[in-house]
Amino acid sequence: MKTKDLICVSCPIGCAVTVTLNDNGEVVSVTGNTCKRGDSYARQECTHPERMLTSTVKVSGGRLPVVPVKSAKPVPKELLLSCMKEINKVQVQAPVHIGDVVLSNILNTGVDIVATNNA
Amino acid sequence: MLQYDLVVVGGGPAGMAAALQAHEDGVEKILVLERADTLGGILEQCIHTGFGLHYFGEELSGPEYAARFSDALYKTNIDVKVDTMVLDISAENVVTAVNNFDGILTVQAKAVVLAMGCRERPRGALSIAGSRPSGIMTAGTAQKYVNIDGYMPGKTVVILGSGDIGLIMARRMTLEGAKVKAVCELMPYSGGLTRNIVQCLEDFGIPLRLSCTVIQTHGKERLEGVTVANVDEHSQPIPGTEEYIPCDTLMLSVGLIPENELSKSAGVTLDPVTNGPVVDEYRETSKKGVFACGNVLQVHDLVDYVTEESKLAGAGAAKFIRNEKPAGGLVSTAGANGVRYVVPQRINRQTDRDVKLYFRVGKVMESVMLSVSCGDETLISRKKRKMAPGEMEYVTLKASDLAKLPEGAKLVVSTREA
Repeated sequence: MKTKDLICVSCPIGCAVTVTLNDNGEVVSVTGNTCKRGDSYARQECTHPERMLTSTVKVSGGRLPVVPVKSAKPVPKELLLSCMKEINKVQVQAPVHIGDVVLSNILNTGVDIVATNNA
Repeated sequence: MLQYDLVVVGGGPAGMAAALQAHEDGVEKILVLERADTLGGILEQCIHTGFGLHYFGEELSGPEYAARFSDALYKTNIDVKVDTMVLDISAENVVTAVNNFDGILTVQAKAVVLAMGCRERPRGALSIAGSRPSGIMTAGTAQKYVNIDGYMPGKTVVILGSGDIGLIMARRMTLEGAKVKAVCELMPYSGGLTRNIVQCLEDFGIPLRLSCTVIQTHGKERLEGVTVANVDEHSQPIPGTEEYIPCDTLMLSVGLIPENELSKSAGVTLDPVTNGPVVDEYRETSKKGVFACGNVLQVHDLVDYVTEESKLAGAGAAKFIRNEKPAGGLVSTAGANGVRYVVPQRINRQTDRDVKLYFRVGKVMESVMLSVSCGDETLISRKKRKMAPGEMEYVTLKASDLAKLPEGAKLVVSTREA
């Protein structure tokens, strides 16, 4: 048995959560959270941490040189920097609209990279 | 001279929400004046997600959050002038503005909403020794360079101040390949939201150095490095703790200042703690018919709260224009025992809605009783596990309880040990 102290980032409250794991690394209990999202965040964070990724990609012919993008869903935390390398290769042509997919299924994660502004 | 019912100064999240609410409440002629070339304000460069969790129940990026409002606004008959700088608001609510199309324009308004936002405290406001090489900028300026203009302002970065913009930029620069060597914070705690410390610093192994500041910059044409030092409990550098950190960029995230030059010239009374106008529960300032909301009123952590506050200002302006604003004597509010300020600073006793009192504490507090009292009577008492200066708090007062208070009563929000 071992315990892991985390700060929940599901919302701005930032609860101090303690997760107890057994010897196989499985979650036994979660304490300190004040809502359900804290429980699922803590379990996820100890087994398979994910993050939303936001960046920009080059756009030609638009009102601005770059358009902001985000991952449509969170991507595995350990892939953030590898995903950035892929995103930085992308160049799109204006017009671009909010929600347009600029890169689909990044690094075979099943997650699309979508525009978050019009350009 | 143009005639409008309502002129909104600023087309960021505050101005857009106020204009939309006033429109919804039946105000017919509304004009939004925006200095930048698009609506959206600072949200346009805040490309990270986390906006809208409270208001929409979704995690949006800044531009997406702004677009929800600008799309709605452009579907109405609200007039918008972008690239337009407001120069003055007169005692009679005549708004003078300038742009390339109209030249100087003057607008007679029945009501005005101030929604100019805030700006960053610059280097000049700090006492850092050293010359003025390039590579020293506020975190927000760097954010604009990277996210709007599409270029990197540096390769090795030190960030002074752990406000949210600094934390967000630490992550952004790291993702784009820069090396962020440290985030230095003068105070013994961070001024940023906890989740930003976790997701922007801890995720990338960026050290957060508390009770630490930059005492000197080095370099003539371009920044070459900074000297940092630990500080004592009086925020004074401790001799012998100096350390030189080579870097080509120093970003400052050392506080935000509500942008109230126009408010002052309009004759609006400011609160010396918030640096924003003194307002009532509908965010009407000391000047009749002039309302204020968003970061020009008080610096917020979350845009969701800006939206909520601005809808109040919009609703208040609509009531003012229809001559239906609650009156019936004011009560005042104040903070005590660690509560630095309370917004709104005054409340109409006969108000027609429950009133949220927003406040911040001056230092990190754990396990305290928070109370709202009037004289010897305690109206609200609540146990708080943790409060921090970086996170705005609120308590809600019922309209029915407010109506029972005597005119001129003083409501005090305070803390004591639990």
